[in-house]
Amino acid sequence: MRRRIGIDVGGTNTDAVLLEEDRVAAAVKTPTTADVTTGITRALAALVDQAPGARLAHAVMIGTTHFTNAVVQRRDLGRVAAVRIGLPSGASLPPFVDWPEDLADLVRAEVVMLEGGHEFDGRPLVPFDTRGMRAAARRIREAGIRSVAIAAVFSPLNASGEEEAAAILREECPDVAVTLSHRLGRIGLLERENAALLNACLIELARTTTRAFTQALRASGIAAPLYLTQNDGTVMLAEVAEAYPVYSFASGPTNSMRGAAFLSKRDEALVIDVGGTTTDIGSLRHGFPREANNVVEIGGVRTLFRMPDLLSLGLGGGSMVGTTRALSIGPASVGYRLTEQGMVFGGDVLTVTDIAVAAGLIDLGDRARVASLPAALVTEALARIRAMIEEGVDRMKTDAGETPLIAVGGGSFLVPPRLAGVSEVLNVPHQAVANAVGAAIAQVSGEVDQIFQDLSRDEAIARARRAAEDKAVAAGADRATINVVEVEDLPLAYLPGNSLRTRVRVVGEIARQP
Amino acid sequence: MRPVAAEEIESLAIGAWILGTGGGGSPYLALLNMRQLYRRGVVCRLMDAAELADDDLVAVVSNMGAPLVGQERLTDPKTMALAVTMMEEYLGRKFQAVMSLEIGGGNSIQPFMAAAMLDLPVVDGDCMGRAFPEAQMTSFAIHDLRMYPLTLADVRDNAVVVARAASWKWMERISRKACVEVGSIASTCKAPRTGKEIKECAILGSTTKAIGIGRAVQAARRAHRDPIDAVLEIAAGVKIFSGKIHDIARRTTEGFLRGTATIEGLDAFRGHTFSLGFQNEFAVGWLDGLPRVMTPDLICVLDTVSGDAIGTETLRYGQRVTVIALPAPPILLTPKGIEHVGPRAFGYDLDFRSVFA
Repeated sequence: MRRRIGIDVGGTNTDAVLLEEDRVAAAVKTPTTADVTTGITRALAALVDQAPGARLAHAVMIGTTHFTNAVVQRRDLGRVAAVRIGLPSGASLPPFVDWPEDLADLVRAEVVMLEGGHEFDGRPLVPFDTRGMRAAARRIREAGIRSVAIAAVFSPLNASGEEEAAAILREECPDVAVTLSHRLGRIGLLERENAALLNACLIELARTTTRAFTQALRASGIAAPLYLTQNDGTVMLAEVAEAYPVYSFASGPTNSMRGAAFLSKRDEALVIDVGGTTTDIGSLRHGFPREANNVVEIGGVRTLFRMPDLLSLGLGGGSMVGTTRALSIGPASVGYRLTEQGMVFGGDVLTVTDIAVAAGLIDLGDRARVASLPAALVTEALARIRAMIEEGVDRMKTDAGETPLIAVGGGSFLVPPRLAGVSEVLNVPHQAVANAVGAAIAQVSGEVDQIFQDLSRDEAIARARRAAEDKAVAAGADRATINVVEVEDLPLAYLPGNSLRTRVRVVGEIARQP
Repeated sequence: MRPVAAEEIESLAIGAWILGTGGGGSPYLALLNMRQLYRRGVVCRLMDAAELADDDLVAVVSNMGAPLVGQERLTDPKTMALAVTMMEEYLGRKFQAVMSLEIGGGNSIQPFMAAAMLDLPVVDGDCMGRAFPEAQMTSFAIHDLRMYPLTLADVRDNAVVVARAASWKWMERISRKACVEVGSIASTCKAPRTGKEIKECAILGSTTKAIGIGRAVQAARRAHRDPIDAVLEIAAGVKIFSGKIHDIARRTTEGFLRGTATIEGLDAFRGHTFSLGFQNEFAVGWLDGLPRVMTPDLICVLDTVSGDAIGTETLRYGQRVTVIALPAPPILLTPKGIEHVGPRAFGYDLDFRSVFA
C-alpha cells in the first residue's frame, strides 16, 4: 500500500494527515510552536497514535509559510553579497535597486558589479572580469559574509559566467552559500536577480529549518524521505529544496487549494481557506490554482514567480473582535495563542472563534465563558463576517453566474451555508486539514524556459522537454511517470534567425526509494 | 517651461504603457532609472513646443531593439545621452531640447533620461501619439521630412552614424541591421528637427496627455473606483469589449511579433467573441468576426481589475482583460496618414473606419 504523510506548518496550526492510497487514514491538528519543530514532532506523534501505519510511510511532504513570513516580517534574514555580471550594461540599475529600503538595509552586505555576461545569441557581451571576481571573493571572505547571490546578463541562455564566478568563490571562500540566478528564474534580469537575493538571504534559515524537520521526522521513528512543497503544488527532495527556499513562498495556499480539489473531487470552483489569521480566496481551474496575471511582490520585492491568484482578507479564527467604539473584526489576530488567549479557552481576548462558539456554529472550549455576550453583538459580528466573505467571493469570480465554493481550513465553520453569488458551499470531510492533504498528494516537477535558435518548433520543444525531465528526476521524480503539463512558445520580435522562447513544465510521481 | 515632479514620471509610466497599444515595451526600467536620478536631485523640465524658436534644434530619441533583450541589458541614461552628443558632434551644433519618438511604452521616458544627463528640457510631444512598429509610421514621415542622419550608441564603445538613407525604408533596414549586430538593443537619436518642424509636424501635448491618463488611473485606484472608466473619461475613449483571453497565436516575421488573440466575452459581452490582430502593437479588432476597431484608432488592452496595460508579449491565456479604443491624433487620420498607418499598412485589406466617426 502506498502511504504518504502531508504536513502543513501554518502561522497558527500544524496539521498532519496520513494518506493510504487515496484515502485519508488519519488527520491531526496541533498548535504551531515558536520553534516550529516541536509542533511537527507533536503532530507526528498524534498521527502515529491514530494510525501506527504512519511509520511505514513512503514519503513525507511538508508545506510551510515559514520563509515567506521571514521576508514579510523581516526576521531571521541573512546578509548577502550581490554579484552582478554584466557591465558595462545596466550600470545605472544596481542590485537591490527596486527593493523597499528597510529590507535592502537589512540584507545588503556588499554589492559587486563586474564586466561580463552574454548576448541573447550566446556571444559574450564582454569578457568576464575574473580578476575582479577573485578580488571580490576575497573581500567577501574578509567581511565574513556567508551568502552570495550571483546574477549574470542572459544567464538562462548561457550560465558560464555565473558558474565561473561560483568556482572562484569555492576556491576563495569554500564555506559561503552560493545562489545562482539561472537556477531560479527566467529572462528578466532584475526579477531573476531579486529571486536570487531573496533566496540567498533565506538560505541559512532554510538549511537549519529543513534539518530540524528531518530530525523531527527521525525522532518520530519515520524513515521515509522528506520533501518540501513548492509554489506550483509539486514537491522537491528536502536536501535539494533547502537550497531553494524561494520556491516554497506560495506553497501554503497552493496546498490548501489542491487539497480542496482532491477532497471535494471538484476541479472548477472557488476555494475559501479560513485560517487563524487570514482568509484566502482563490479559484481552481483543472484542479490547480489560477495564477496571478501580474508581477508578484514578496515583502515588497518584485519577482516573476508564478503564484496563485489570491485575495487575502484579514479574517480568521483568531481575529480579534473590537467592541470599544464601533464593532471591528481583525486584521489583528491572536494567531497560535488562540488556545491560551481566546475567551472560550480561558483567556480574555474576544476572538471570532468566541463569536462562533456563542452562536453555536462550533463547539470548542468552554461555551459558558461566552454565554454572557450580548446576542446583538454576536448577530452583528456574524453579519459582518458574511459581508466580508461575500464581497471577497464576488471579487474573485470571473463571471456573473453562481459558482460552487469549497470551504477549507481550521476556520471553515465561519463560512455560512448560503452566500450571495454562490451555488453551493461545499463542506467536505477533513476540510480543516485540506492543506496537509494538498501537501500529501503533491507530485514532482521540472521546468525549463530557454531561447532556441534555428530549430523547428517541435525540435525546440523536444529539447526543452528533455531538459525539464532531467530536472524533475534530479528533484526526486520517477522518470516513467513524467507528463508534460505546460508548453508555451513565443517567437521573439526583432531577433534575427528563428528565435523561439520555449517553456516546458513536466510533473511526475515521487520515485519510490529502493 | 515647467519642472516635472517625480510623481508625474510615475504617472507617465502608467499612461504611456496604456498609449503603447500593446507595444513600445514596459516603461518600468526607464522609470527605475528616473527614480534613481530624482533621488540624486535631478529635476527635468517640460516645455511647450510654442516656446521653441524656429531655428532651435531638437533631438528625437528612442531606445531601439527587442523588448525582451531590454529585460536583460537594462537601459541606462548615459548611453541614451551618448547618442545625442554623438549627433551634436556629427552636426557641429548643440541641441536646445529633446523629444520622444513615441509616447507609447518605455520610449516615453527615454528623453527624460537623456535630458537629465544633458541638462536639456523635454518637448511635450512625440511623432506617433502612441507606439508603432516601423520608422515610416511617424508624423514626420507623413509630412515628408528628411529621415537622416541617425546616430546609434551601444553600451560598449560602439557607435554608428547613418549619414544618409534613400528612403524611410532604407533607414529602417540599415539602422535595424546595426542594432541587431550590437545585440538587438541600442540607444538612437533620430534625424534632428528644427523648432519650426516640431511646431508644424509633431504630435504636441502627448507627454502631458500620458501623464494625465496615468494620474487618472492612480486616483481611481486610490478611491476604489474603476480605473478603466477613469481612462475612458479622461481620454475620451470607448469601451469595446471585456472578457478573458481564450487563445493566443504568435509568430515572428521580418523581425516583428505578429499574431492574433481571441477573447471570450464576460458580463455584458457574454456569448460574444473578440479577436485582436497585432504586429508588435494591436492593429485590428473583430467582434464576432466583423471588424470593430482598427489602426490608427488606439486599441488598448487593459487588466480588467487593475487597469494596467498588457503588452502583446505578455498576453496570457486566462487573463481577464478589457479592450478600449482611444482617438488617434488628427494627422494620422488624414488620407496620407491612413496610407502610412491605416489597416492596409499592416496587411489588412480593410477600409479605415474610426469608432469615433
